[in-house]
Amino acid sequence: MNVKLLCALFWFPFAAAAQGFAGLGTSVEDFAVPTPGKVFDFPTDDGPHPDYRIEWWYLTANLRADDETDYGLQWTLFRTALSPDKGEGWDSPQLWMGHAAVTTPDAHFVTERLARGGIGQAGVITDPFAAWIDDWAFEGPDADARLRATGPDFAYDMALSATGPRVFHGDAGYSVKSAQGQASYYFSQPFFDVTGTLKLPDGEVAVTGSAWLDREWSSQPLAADQTGWDWFSLSFDDGAKLMGFQLRGAQTYTQATLIMPDGETTAFPNGAFNAEPLDVTAAAGRQVPTTWQVTLPDIDLDATVTAINPQSWMDTSVPYWEGPVRITGSHTGRGYLEMTGYD
Amino acid sequence: MSLTILLALFGHWRRNPLQLFTLLAGLALATALWSGVQAINAEARASYDAASATLGDAQFDRLVRRDGQPIEQDTYIDLRRAGWLVSPVIEGRMNGARLVGLDPLTAPAGITPIAPENGQDLQDFMAGGGQIIAAPDVQIADAMTDPNIAPGTAFADIGLVQTLLDRRGELDALIILPDQSIIQTPVTQIAPQLSVQVAQDGSDIGRLTDSFHLNLTAFGLLSFAVGIFIVHGAIGLAFEQRRGTVRTLRALGAPLRLLMALIGIELLVLAIIAGAIGVGLGYVIAGLLLPDVAATLRGLYGADVTGTLQLRPIWWVSGMAIAVGGTAMAGAQALWSLSRTSLLSGAHARAQSVMTGRGAWVSVIVGVALLMIACILAFVADGVVSGFALLGALLVGAALLLPFVLRVLLQLAEGRAKGVVAAWFWADTRQQLPGLSLALMALLLAMAANVGVSTMVSSFRLTFVEFLDQRLASELYVTTDTAAQAGLFEAYATPKADAVLPIVSTDVTIQGRATELFGARDHATYRDNWGFLAAADDAWDAVHEGRAILINEQLARGADIGIGDSVQVGANAYDVAGIYGDYGNPIGQAIMGEVSFATQFPDANALRFGVRIAPDQVGDLRQALEAELAIRPDAMINQAAIKAYSLAIFDRTFTVTNALNILTLAVASFAILMSLLTLTSMRVPQLAPVWAMGLTRGALGRLELVRTVMLAILTGLLALPLGLALAWVLLAVVNVAAFGWRLPMYVFPWDYAALGGFAVLAAMGAALWPAVRLARTLPADLLKVFANER
Repeated sequence: MNVKLLCALFWFPFAAAAQGFAGLGTSVEDFAVPTPGKVFDFPTDDGPHPDYRIEWWYLTANLRADDETDYGLQWTLFRTALSPDKGEGWDSPQLWMGHAAVTTPDAHFVTERLARGGIGQAGVITDPFAAWIDDWAFEGPDADARLRATGPDFAYDMALSATGPRVFHGDAGYSVKSAQGQASYYFSQPFFDVTGTLKLPDGEVAVTGSAWLDREWSSQPLAADQTGWDWFSLSFDDGAKLMGFQLRGAQTYTQATLIMPDGETTAFPNGAFNAEPLDVTAAAGRQVPTTWQVTLPDIDLDATVTAINPQSWMDTSVPYWEGPVRITGSHTGRGYLEMTGYD
Repeated sequence: MSLTILLALFGHWRRNPLQLFTLLAGLALATALWSGVQAINAEARASYDAASATLGDAQFDRLVRRDGQPIEQDTYIDLRRAGWLVSPVIEGRMNGARLVGLDPLTAPAGITPIAPENGQDLQDFMAGGGQIIAAPDVQIADAMTDPNIAPGTAFADIGLVQTLLDRRGELDALIILPDQSIIQTPVTQIAPQLSVQVAQDGSDIGRLTDSFHLNLTAFGLLSFAVGIFIVHGAIGLAFEQRRGTVRTLRALGAPLRLLMALIGIELLVLAIIAGAIGVGLGYVIAGLLLPDVAATLRGLYGADVTGTLQLRPIWWVSGMAIAVGGTAMAGAQALWSLSRTSLLSGAHARAQSVMTGRGAWVSVIVGVALLMIACILAFVADGVVSGFALLGALLVGAALLLPFVLRVLLQLAEGRAKGVVAAWFWADTRQQLPGLSLALMALLLAMAANVGVSTMVSSFRLTFVEFLDQRLASELYVTTDTAAQAGLFEAYATPKADAVLPIVSTDVTIQGRATELFGARDHATYRDNWGFLAAADDAWDAVHEGRAILINEQLARGADIGIGDSVQVGANAYDVAGIYGDYGNPIGQAIMGEVSFATQFPDANALRFGVRIAPDQVGDLRQALEAELAIRPDAMINQAAIKAYSLAIFDRTFTVTNALNILTLAVASFAILMSLLTLTSMRVPQLAPVWAMGLTRGALGRLELVRTVMLAILTGLLALPLGLALAWVLLAVVNVAAFGWRLPMYVFPWDYAALGGFAVLAAMGAALWPAVRLARTLPADLLKVFANER
């Protein structure tokens, strides 16, 4: 579950569709809607679900160079459908948006790509798996995947290898987003080992680390009063992982999933997971919380999450904050933080 | 007290309404000339910006196929997947409009009418049936109109345009975005059939229209200079005329500071009134000339300007700025001299006030320095900007030197003068020179500009006519609709005519420049009529043997190609055997032998033909073609008609230039009038002794007229070489930099004589009234000089 849902819904074209504009003659009802009890089917569910309005392949990685410098990496492919119709070629209603970023302790490189579906410029296929937009690609089986992106001032090329199973959030992959019942299908592959090269203005850097892939699709907007989102993917040094998010609205709505090293999961209901801002940073003219106190009493978690680079602002057509974090306190480790709605 | 002083100052105007009129008219004319030119510039630029903002192709490098064929859509995908940030474009015509298809997601910011950030617009543009967004003048049903789109243009999503044009899977060009990723596979590895077409330079229409605007800007600067001279003259006049009033007020106890402040306020009010009138007049001038500017830009460069005027705040600002600023400049000098005038010296005439002594020498030194800079620039200037710097240095330097040169000439004349009246005449003229010098400088600039620009235009026209004769050698031009009709036509017309010459062309890229490549048949018509700027021996033989091509001057200069150089065209390399003049064409052109052309570009069919036939048989052949082959009458054009049309376009091009020329000259004459009026009122004390010694008032008046005409003639004679130098700079420096071709310079003595005559007449007209006034000065007034003043 990511903030892009919110951003995308309120900023990108499908935001208009979400509000039922007549131009398309469609409304949210014409798209498929997630329901509990879905049986996931692979590799089919690695691929796109064009009946649903929005979907993403969202990969973040915590990396480290030989000199112990921390780096963050992001590779994201969003799909959005202007309508549930099945157009061919340029008439395809499917649009694609790619975001790629590299974060260093003192710099944040980010770039964006947009593409039409139906003409081959971007898309996702399974067996063998490949997700691409322009020359950016995430391809190959989980055990031996490759990840590439280029921008005007950076590039990267990574080899990925999954060392654990996929994990499913919420109710076996049915992830509720609000008290009113809005939901998405949501699973992750948080066990990627990564090795590769970052190409930065100061030269090439060899890095290793771990990556976390989120897969999520839905059609429903968030509840109207939900204005922002804080999402955490935390990898503790003891091998356990935690996904937690809070949707800020009239009432804050939280969800969390504890992932054991063997892939076993525990889902926590609304209210169990809690995140309080400790410090804010001025980033791109906004006041963004970049230090958090994160608690989950059920697992005795009481940790401070600090941005490695507080200026990790994503200056894309859908702007948000996304960057690597450091965990200290009851648990230690590394992770990724994503925040939106701080306009 | 302030009010009383103001009323006294104003009383002067009430008693002399004519003086008030000349002051206001001078200021208003200067403002009008300046703001009129600025208005035309601003309007044309605004229209052009709208056009270029939506002409993605003009501002960005593009990838096109070397053979001019459409690009396969798969090639676009291959390039994107290789890391190239390119965006597809397809173009066609629909209901007479240019219909451009773009992909708003990948197009560079600013060239599509909608941006990805505007979600709803983007969705309407792409989704469902798609939305056409068109300029207001385009007639397409259901199109949304947008005034920011260039006239005659419509935009739609690329998918929709492919469907409308029935060209699915085809693209015409790929815009290369300026910011590319750091890693890419070379284009030659992915799509060797594509080549980069460089934006700007010779192929960029924007730069051509820029040169036209530069032309207008030069006129704007000239009008600014003339305007400043006039404002200066008008203010000087106002001060000199009111010396008496000021002295009286001061004698009555008005403090100098207060007086100066009030005069300053009065000048400001007058400047604002005159400025407002001037801006209004400028609006009228611009409104009258703009349709011709629009026609010029359209005819010469194909750029659309709406031709209607909108009131823009910038004119008011710039118009008021010159009125108030010019007044402040001139007023400050006058106030300064007023503050240094002793109360007792009072109303003494100060005919020898300005530009004497050290000030004159500073002008000479600056003038010489500017002319030296101009000489250096003449050798090194290679761009439009340095060309205009050369123009500026030349004109201003010459203007500054004018009083000195005239003084030397008058001294020479004085030395040779016989008789006391002649000696007095020359000495008096020399003594008056400083007061007239500003007006004479304005006249010099106006005349030089006139000579220079008319030389350029006439040279251009002469060259153009010769060029048309060589280029339009065939008596009849026929355009067929289809390849089949073309075949029928060739079979039908060949036995009836002396020769049928197919005109076949395709768009290629030569050394990165968009070029129209023609295939020429081996026929004496070309060999006899085609003139070269430079050519190898047996150029046509080399062309028809498939070894060489001919290129136009624009391509040669733009890509720096010379005779004997080898260039790649399509799949083969060719030597350049000849370079020919190609006036008025913004892009590169090349000619290849018909045989090699057909081998390289088999898909390009000749649909147009030139027919060589006796002129008296043209009519019969037209009728036969219409009756037998159903060729439409409007598809057959007589050579004479094309020539007339081309010349009509050409003549409209310079209407604006001519109009501004005449206007500038007229305004310069007005400056002379005002300077003379100033001097006349001041000179009574100097003329009184001469009158007392026996010269009649009539004789004095006549001498006054002769003096002005003589000064105008001298200035005119000096303007001639300056104007010719100006013409040379325009033809050999500015033109080459702006258009890519150099024009031969021709000299037109009769035109110059006529201009000189006109200038003399204008000067005479300006001098007549002051002379008559002088001749009618009451003897009593002359006597007062001896009675009252001393």
